[in-house]
Order: sequence, then structure tokens, then C-alpha cells
Amino acid sequence: MRALRGPRLLAKRDGTRDRVVRAMLLVTMSASVAAAAVSRVQSAGELRWCGDLQGGEPYVFQDPAGGEGIVGFEVEIADAIARRLGVRAAFVQNDWQMLIPALERGDCDVVLNGLEVTPARAARVRFSRPYYRFGLSLMVRRADAARFRDLAALGDRRVATLGGSLGADVLERSRVTVVLHEGVEEPYIDLEQGRVDGVVLDHIIAARYGVPRAALEQVAEVGEGVYAIALRPADEDLARAVDEALGALVTSGELRAILTRWRLWDDRQGLLEAPLPSADVSARSLGWPALRLFLQGAAVTIVISASAMLLAVGGGLALSLVRRYGGRVARMLATAYVEVFRGTPVLLQLYVLYYGLAPLVALDAFTAAVLGLGLNYAAYEAELYRAGLEAVPVEQTEAALALGMSRGLALRRIVLPQAVRVALPGIANDFIALLKDSSLVSVITVVELTKQMTITAVDVRGWLVPGLLCAALYLAMSLPLSRLARQLERRLVPVAR
Amino acid sequence: MTAIDVRGLHSRRGDAEVLCGIDLTVARGEVVAVLGASGSGKTTLLRALNYLTPFMAGEVRVADACLVPGMSERRDRRTLQAVRRRVGMVFQGFQLFPHLTVLENVTEAPRRVLGRSVVGALEDGRRLLGRVGLEGKGAAYPHQLSGGQRQRVAIARALAMEPEVLLLDEPTSSLDPALVGEVLAVIADLAASGQTMLVVTHEMGFARRVAARAVVLSEGRIAEEGTPADVLDAPRSAATRALLGSAARV
Repeated sequence: MRALRGPRLLAKRDGTRDRVVRAMLLVTMSASVAAAAVSRVQSAGELRWCGDLQGGEPYVFQDPAGGEGIVGFEVEIADAIARRLGVRAAFVQNDWQMLIPALERGDCDVVLNGLEVTPARAARVRFSRPYYRFGLSLMVRRADAARFRDLAALGDRRVATLGGSLGADVLERSRVTVVLHEGVEEPYIDLEQGRVDGVVLDHIIAARYGVPRAALEQVAEVGEGVYAIALRPADEDLARAVDEALGALVTSGELRAILTRWRLWDDRQGLLEAPLPSADVSARSLGWPALRLFLQGAAVTIVISASAMLLAVGGGLALSLVRRYGGRVARMLATAYVEVFRGTPVLLQLYVLYYGLAPLVALDAFTAAVLGLGLNYAAYEAELYRAGLEAVPVEQTEAALALGMSRGLALRRIVLPQAVRVALPGIANDFIALLKDSSLVSVITVVELTKQMTITAVDVRGWLVPGLLCAALYLAMSLPLSRLARQLERRLVPVAR
Repeated sequence: MTAIDVRGLHSRRGDAEVLCGIDLTVARGEVVAVLGASGSGKTTLLRALNYLTPFMAGEVRVADACLVPGMSERRDRRTLQAVRRRVGMVFQGFQLFPHLTVLENVTEAPRRVLGRSVVGALEDGRRLLGRVGLEGKGAAYPHQLSGGQRQRVAIARALAMEPEVLLLDEPTSSLDPALVGEVLAVIADLAASGQTMLVVTHEMGFARRVAARAVVLSEGRIAEEGTPADVLDAPRSAATRALLGSAARV
């Protein structure tokens, strides 16, 4: 409105055609700024929307019928909205926890993937009107159903949910110990295995991944929420266009048809017309409580890394000795071990150890983390010891044998101490690498330093400060290690031969 | 009393015969110098005596044991360890343990193999270091010593096991000429004390002064054997003459 009034005043005052023409140009430009996001989308010809295929059925997932297509009720909603904007919808894959950072970075125009409207998120992004209402379902093991009727009954027991979800918000406010997962199936596996005593997730997820498990039972609804589309606050024009499109989908019954097709329609959805509760929560600041959580995360990182390294140093030594002195079969097995553990991603090994082996051995997350990292690094340490053993001249063994030492004694007292000092710089390097690799264990619910950083970053709505703090803590751990390694080297190697 | 009795010793490396029927007896307290050109089998003979190098045929009687072909480090470890405990060896290249101090080099085997107490082993170790002229060097590491000092540590290390027989494989060949004397003096002192020794050496003068007997090897056989004076002054075999000729030229 203001933009329209301006030129008219100008024209009145000066009365020159020239000025009017120029002012008209200005009008067009300012109008295009106000509608920048919509015209950007329209000139690109596509509405890019972020989601995570790992969220699975029924949200967005790979077409089980094969092909490279993706399906899901959110795919259909995205298509319907894009159609109303006169463009086509283009899916952009991203890790679920990273959807909002991806939006902020400009990887996509909107996020449409079971994003629950929480106060913290609402303060960070512009949410559209909701497109789905859900209940938060609490599931427990059937055997415990009688005593764990609700969250309060669970006391301070371990209850799992998705990191950054509404469930996490609800659990944070209760007394239970929160366990954060990154996938929707894993919490229920952990519940079956007894690693947690309850799972709180959206009822859609519960219905698909929890209810089919015979050993589990849904005992209560512990909250309610809505899914909405997230946009950048700067793209207000696009947000309004999306709201409008969604409103049209609701009134035309198109949304209902989609939800019904996916068997998601229920009485709750009748309330979709209701306005969003306004949320005005300011960002949490990075004070002492956050710092304390960081230090806790750092402690977890140290304990896991040190335990894993101990395992790796011992296991690697055993492997290298078997490879050098063992029988034929033992040698082959040890070689196969080294190749398999070095040749596959540690992330995969962690998944297999924690989730894959769950039906056979239900390891707790900490044990699985230490085992996974330790077994992986043992393969690398074995190679370092091998190089060290090869560096000790055979004459050293002969001299020891000539003194009447047994082969074992010669190895232990003469060869190994010399081999270890050759291997030591590499081992110290690996320890530093392990310290950083330990961030991978967050995929099996361990909250270590990096995970704590991502959690805090969401809370304080910024990555830079938590990131720098996190980096500082890693450096504080690794720098003394480098120093120690150099000192040990000096002590073990009096001076080169 | 016989300390070493070698009968019909044959040894082979690949296709090449290194020893072709060696018979040799060393009496207790005797010092025998083994002479011969490079490749004549001297080192192989010495290493057969504690079975560091296995042999193909024949037998070695030493330290109340009988070494025969086909023994294995694993299966016959008790016999071999028992023999090696009583037969010391000094290598051409010293082979000190670089990660241990001089005193630790000397006391490691008495402590770990003979089960000597720390105090006793250290006391003996210091005494032995004194005997080879290295008192006060116990805390040094091998790399801090000269070649002659290192070889004297190696001798002390072998002596710490109180061996019945000491095998010395060209103990002065890797040393600067200036350092040879100090090592030979130690060996001469051992000979005077009645230590049974078999010394592979190129030092003719030393053999003459210290050894009771000289054995000349040539192409895996004993070419000549007798008192050093006889062998060196009136060589009967062509091999000995050739050896003395080349030694004189050097």
C-alpha cells in the first residue's frame, strides 16, 4: 500500500512524466521484492522441499514397488501445494535432525516432513498452518503395561524418542531419563530388548513401527501436536501462498482424500481448521547449564574413547601376534578380521552391533559404542604393531634365544618393547582420530560431545558458538594427547640406534 | 673332560653345502681358535653348536645334551633352552638390546631365565662390568658407547649366565682397529681364567698368544688343526698358506 501511495505523491509534486516513469519502475521493483520468494520459486519452476527418507512410511519413503520414485502422504501434499503455486515439487534429501539448518542454509524452500510445531522451532522458522494433527503415544512392554500406565509411573526410567521432536520436549519436562534416537524403528527395538522402558512417539509412527510388535503395548497418550510446513521467516510471501494453498486443500477435501488414502484420517483431523497456538519463546542462551552439559558430553567422549582405545590396543596386539606367530587357520582368521573391520565403515559396524545383533545379544548403548569403536580400531592397531614387529631385526631374537630365553620371553622382553616404540606414534595418532570418530556413536543413542553440540545448537538457535565451544573441548582433549605421545616416544626411544 | 664333541656335521644353505663332515672336540678349559677364509663355514659351525642354525646330519654333544638334525624351536624348546643357558654366544655385530641400559642388558637373562634375585643379579652385573673394564657405565644405553665398549658389554652379558662354553663369532671384525685391542685383552683374560672358548677370528697374533689349538676351515672341511705355532709357522695345507698369505698382505 505504501509503495502505491509514494509515486502518486511524487507525480503530484513534480508533475514531470520522467519522474513518474521512474517511480513506476520503482513500484515494480519493490513489488518484486515483497514477492521475492514466490517469484523465485516460480521462475525456478519448482518448489524444493526438504525431508528425510529414513523417516519411512507413511511420510516420505522410497517407492517399495521399485523405481527411483518416492511416495508418501507428504509427497502428495507437496505435489498438491506445488500444483497450486504453478510449479512442480522437487524433493531434497536431508538428515531429519538437520532439516531446519538445511532450510536456513537455503538448500530448500520448505521443510515438509513430520515437523512438529514446538515453541523452540516456532521461534526459529515460520510455520504454515498445520496439515496434520497427531497424538503422542506412550508404548511399553506388554509385561509392564499394568504398572507403567503413564509417564509418571515410569519414574526416572529410560524412555526413548526422536531427537528434536515434540516427544523429546514432553519427556524433558517429565522425570524420566530421555534416550534420543535418530530412526523411527530403533526406539521400539530398544524397548523390546529392555534397553529402554518406554517409547514416546507420534501415533502415526507408533501405529506402524510399535503396535505391530506383539511384545509391546500402547498405554497412554501423553500429548498432542500438529505437523506444519516450515519456511524461512524472510519468505513471508511464500509462507502466505503455502497457507493459502493448504487452506484450499482443506476446504476442497483434497487433504482429507490424501489422508484417507494413506489411512491417516481420523476425528482429530476435523480440527485442522483451528488456528495455530501462537508461540513466542526466545532462544535459550548459552549459559552455565549448557556449558555443564557440554562438559558432560566431553566426559562421555573421553570415557568411550579411552575404553575403546584400551580394547583396540590389546586386541590389535593379539591380532598382530596371531598373524605373525599363529597357525595357518588362526593367521587367516586374523587377516580376515583386519580386512573386514578396516574395509567397512565404523558407522555400519555400530548399527550391526547395536541393532543387528539385538535379537541375539542386547548390548547397552555404552557397551556397544566401546565395542564397536574398539573392534574397529583394533584392526588398525594390528597393522601398526605388525610394522613395529617387522622393524625389529631378527638378530635381536637370536641374541635373546642364545641367552636361553624362551621364544615367549624373547618376544615379551626384547622384541615387543622395541616394536611398540616403533608403533607408538601411530597409536597416539589413532587415539586422536578415535576421539573424533567417537562422535559417530550418537547414532546408537549415546549423547557425547558432538551430539550435545547439535542439541544445544537447536536450543540456542545458532551453530557458531556451540560449534566453537565443541571444537575447543576436542582440542583440549587432543592436544595433551599429542604432547603425551611425544613424551612417551622420547622416553621409550632413548635415542635412535 | 670334553666340553664340546662334534661328529660328522653336515650343513646346507639352499643347494650349497656349507659344512661337509666336521669332527671336532673341545676339552673343558681349552681355547680353540677357528680360522678360515670368508665362506669357509666358520660362523655356521659356531651357530650349529647352540642350534641357532640347524644342520642336516651329524650330532653335537654339548652341555649334557645331544643336538641332532631336525630339532624344532617349538617342540625341543626345553633341550635347546637348557643348552643355550650353558653355552654363551658373542656376535660379530654385538646385538645388544637397544632399549635396555648396559646393566639391564647384563642382568636381563640371569633374572628372567635363571630366576636370580634383582639384588644378586645387579651385584654380579656390576662385578662383570668391572671385569670387562666398564665399571660406572651401567646406566648408559648401548648407543652411547663405542664399538669396543659395546662388544665388552656383550661379553659381560654372555658371562652373566656363567656359561660352560663361550662361543665368540669374529668378536673384533666390526671394530675400528684402535678398539680391537681392548676387546682382545678381555678375551685373553677370560682364557687365563680357564673359560672354555671357541673363537672365530682373523687375528692371527691373538690366536697364537691365547689359543691352545687352531683349527683351519676350508670349504666346509677342517683343512688343518694343531697348536697355533705349528699351524701358523709351518702350515701343511694349501688353505692355510693361502689364508696366511692374504692375512700378511692386509
